[in-house]
Amino acid sequence: MDPILKINNLQTHFFTKAGILKAVDGVSFEIGAGEIVGLVGESGSGKSITGFSVMGLVDPPGKIIDGSINFKGQDLSALSNNQMQGFRGNRIAMIFQDPMMTLNPVLRIETQMIEAIQAHDGSISREDARIRSRDTLGLVGISSPDERLRAYPHQFSGGMRQRVSIAIAMLNRPDLIIADEPTTALDVTIQGQVISEMQKLCRETQTALLWITHDLAVVAGIADRVCVMYAGRIVEQGSVANIIANPMHPYTQGLMGSVPSQNRRGKPLQQINGMVPSMLNLPAGCAFQNRCNHANEKCSKIQPDITQLADRRQVRCFNVPAGQQV
Amino acid sequence: MTAFILRRSLQSIVVLFIMSLIVFVGVNLVGDPVDMLINPEADQAEIDRVIRDLGLDRPVSEQYWYFVLNAFQGDLGRSFIFGEPALKLIVQRMPATMELALVSLLMAVVFGIPLGIYAGLKPTSKISKTIMAGSILGFSMPTFWVGIILIMFFSVHLGWLPSTGRGDVDTFFGVTSSVFTLDGLSHIFLPAFNLALFKLSSVIRLARAGTREVILQDYIKFARAKGLAESRVVRIHLLKNIMIPVITIIGLEFGSLIAFSTVTETVFAWPGMGKLIIDSIYNLDRPVVVAYLMIIVVIFVMLNLIVDILYSVLDPRVRIKGVS
Repeated sequence: MDPILKINNLQTHFFTKAGILKAVDGVSFEIGAGEIVGLVGESGSGKSITGFSVMGLVDPPGKIIDGSINFKGQDLSALSNNQMQGFRGNRIAMIFQDPMMTLNPVLRIETQMIEAIQAHDGSISREDARIRSRDTLGLVGISSPDERLRAYPHQFSGGMRQRVSIAIAMLNRPDLIIADEPTTALDVTIQGQVISEMQKLCRETQTALLWITHDLAVVAGIADRVCVMYAGRIVEQGSVANIIANPMHPYTQGLMGSVPSQNRRGKPLQQINGMVPSMLNLPAGCAFQNRCNHANEKCSKIQPDITQLADRRQVRCFNVPAGQQV
Repeated sequence: MTAFILRRSLQSIVVLFIMSLIVFVGVNLVGDPVDMLINPEADQAEIDRVIRDLGLDRPVSEQYWYFVLNAFQGDLGRSFIFGEPALKLIVQRMPATMELALVSLLMAVVFGIPLGIYAGLKPTSKISKTIMAGSILGFSMPTFWVGIILIMFFSVHLGWLPSTGRGDVDTFFGVTSSVFTLDGLSHIFLPAFNLALFKLSSVIRLARAGTREVILQDYIKFARAKGLAESRVVRIHLLKNIMIPVITIIGLEFGSLIAFSTVTETVFAWPGMGKLIIDSIYNLDRPVVVAYLMIIVVIFVMLNLIVDILYSVLDPRVRIKGVS
């Protein structure tokens, strides 16, 4: 698969009064056309900022200071805001975490959908845009879409609103959708529905999907490949099957251990000790060292580099089992 | 909706009744209008006659009872000074005050909202800081003083604009106003600006605070993520949301614009209700004072109702239902 998005050494830093916060610190990964990639990490690990960097929507004092975001042969990080505007919502769309907050409460659904179409197609008539909006609402499983177009967001439930957001993201048939924890605010049954529908829609339309979440279980259900982020860096990436079966980075192992599962019934859940270090004051060497059971003196001095393994797998740790390295 | 308006009207009548009681007792506590009205050389028989004619010899409770009876027939008493119905005197001067208040309100909104949004969008820029410093001045400088300074500068020093009075009026679509003539506009500019200054400052601060809050909302970011132009994000997504608090204040402040235009009207000798009430207070012309205050209460009550209805237009979440 030819990658449609290729992020290389992305550095997005926040210049705060307390110091420079490296929210995204040298992130590199690829997404192939129609591929679903999960970006997993704790709150504050930089996964959402990675998504916003691709969209060109990092709020000040944040700034992309280095690296490239190559989207279908064009470096998005070099584009002006006006040029980016043509990509946003058109070739790359985004879905946000909280469906209660993402739709403007004072505008009708149709207004919010039609404007998204007309922003990228000056020649389309309002009526045509309305028809496309209605069809897309139907596509994401909203019944009687004609009536629903006239409604306001508060007349929808949370799950329905998230479907509307998904419909808005799909309006212009983007090549890539960035979904920032789109199911976190939904209850579990709705979560399952939304996930399987997103998966189906993306497969049908050959849309690539970057699914940002803190929930490994969700990623296991939807993604082809996974990137695990910790403190602004990707610590491990590979196919879902490989990572679930054989997590190599101690952080991934910890995450896997803290997911309740049938296999370990009756045993206490493992937990990762300690807390995420302050992003303003990261230790020298590996950011995970003070929570890691395998940390040694080397880890506290030198920042581990990425180790390339078979199957496009990467781990950022010194303690990769011998024999796996390429 | 009908039930809502009906219930609000009933509430308004209660408010009016309580207000009339307070006002009526209040004006009867201060001064003796007879001293103001009568020739100092008049004899006791003359004084007694005037007191009897004005009905001031009766107890306050009885005076109030007759006031209420007459009020139900649309009669709010006769002016002691002019001998004309108080309501007529006030209504005659109402258009001038309304016109002044409307022009001020327009100035406050037309300048205040864009300035406030700008200050909210670019909080650190020099221009924004200047706007905000200016709004503090607008808040804190006394109206009468600003009025005098405006006259000093624009009328006396530069000689650009007339200092007092209302200009020529013209009738347009059945509305008679001085804003339809050039002379009228030149006369209204200074007093309207003077009156608008305080409201302008509050609209700026409200629009700025609203912008600072709304701009951080997810739906603004989502609107940008849809690829909308920044101008549409501000004009549609932001503006409609910040208008809710702004409308409240504009609506309520419009009442106070009318009620407290007295200072500006006095400084600029604007022939409106405000000047009338000040003169009437000086002369202890009780019926006019009472009638004026009653009318102001009605205006406030009406404005509150209009604001509530406007809310529902702006914010679909508070659409008024018949049952609520």
